[in-house]
Amino acid sequence: MTDLSNKGIFGEFTKGFWKENPILVMLLGMCPTLAVTTSAIKGLTMGLAVLFVLTCSSLIVSIVRNIIPKQVRIPTFIVIIATFVTMVDLFLKAFLLDLSKALGPFIPLIVVNCIILGRAEAFASRNRVILSLLDAVGVSLGFTVTLILLGGIREILGMGTFFGHVVFGPRFDQWVIMLLPPGAFITLGFMLGAKNIIDRKFEEKRKS
Amino acid sequence: MNIRLKMVLILTLFACISGGVLSLVYIISSPLIEANMLEEQNRAIFLVVPEAKSYEEKLTEGINYFECTDTEGRVVGIALPAEGIGYQGVIKLMVGLTPDLRQVMGLVVLEQIETPGLGGRISEEEFQNQFKGINTEPAIEWVKNQAPEKDTDIQAVTGATISSRSVVLIINKRIQDLRTVM
Repeated sequence: MTDLSNKGIFGEFTKGFWKENPILVMLLGMCPTLAVTTSAIKGLTMGLAVLFVLTCSSLIVSIVRNIIPKQVRIPTFIVIIATFVTMVDLFLKAFLLDLSKALGPFIPLIVVNCIILGRAEAFASRNRVILSLLDAVGVSLGFTVTLILLGGIREILGMGTFFGHVVFGPRFDQWVIMLLPPGAFITLGFMLGAKNIIDRKFEEKRKS
Repeated sequence: MNIRLKMVLILTLFACISGGVLSLVYIISSPLIEANMLEEQNRAIFLVVPEAKSYEEKLTEGINYFECTDTEGRVVGIALPAEGIGYQGVIKLMVGLTPDLRQVMGLVVLEQIETPGLGGRISEEEFQNQFKGINTEPAIEWVKNQAPEKDTDIQAVTGATISSRSVVLIINKRIQDLRTVM
């Protein structure tokens, strides 16, 4: 059994938060990232939906990786992913109808989210089950945290609330732009910039 | 094994398992989803026709509405679902009307994808409550940046005239449709 991992078990889990953060470093899954993060709760729901789909599909892909002929691996992955996405969609409709409506088509669209197919193709189909699981959970938690941050910033500035709780008083002038598509790009741009500044500071410290 | 045969078999196998699992999940979740939808419909109807205790769905020439009755079986209002195009997409409404359709008793916006913070404010109570008690004849109208004077007027959301107008037009159109068949 080949094992391509060189980061150790702990490294496979933590890399998704910072070093290989799916949004801030790999810039994957931009469609849901930019579209649904008008509030923190939507970011959280989207993140948890991705957590479920990515963990389950990575598990299955990793288990069956040796019996899938490589010519049909992508269609097989898509079938596996689509199965879990449909489950999440039905679950949200059954238990969290309001959130399901707020997220609209972006839940079914997780099927074509490149983070998930990317992890299946690049990691789960080449690694042991345990490593694939850690990789999936780490990457999707990194995704979730980043979405909450992005949604939180936009919600605070755009509506003056955080998770629906009022942060600023009633006299707060809402920055509507933050809730519109440009607000997503602006916020994401600043977050990418901030991450790079922090990385550079660490790099300088390490060298000196 | 022949690689082509294997490809077909494996993919078919996965598709079958997926179909099987999903049918199971669907069977479990569909009653819950239906109950959810029904609960939402009830909530909307009782919100727009506050005196209603029960209702009966009616379908006349393709227009469906809910005839609302109180405990003694008197018709106290009509809850009329309506939908149409707003600024960015479909707006779905539930309108409560007096039995003669002359006055609006209440309005609730069920679904909309208008601009958050602008057109999206048609979902706020401040906008929806304006419709309570206004006359539908000859037609509901909207005014901009001033308090409504006539009893058929509502005030449009500032900066979102198109969304506000869409709501008014959708209601007018639907009431017109219903009048012709009732």
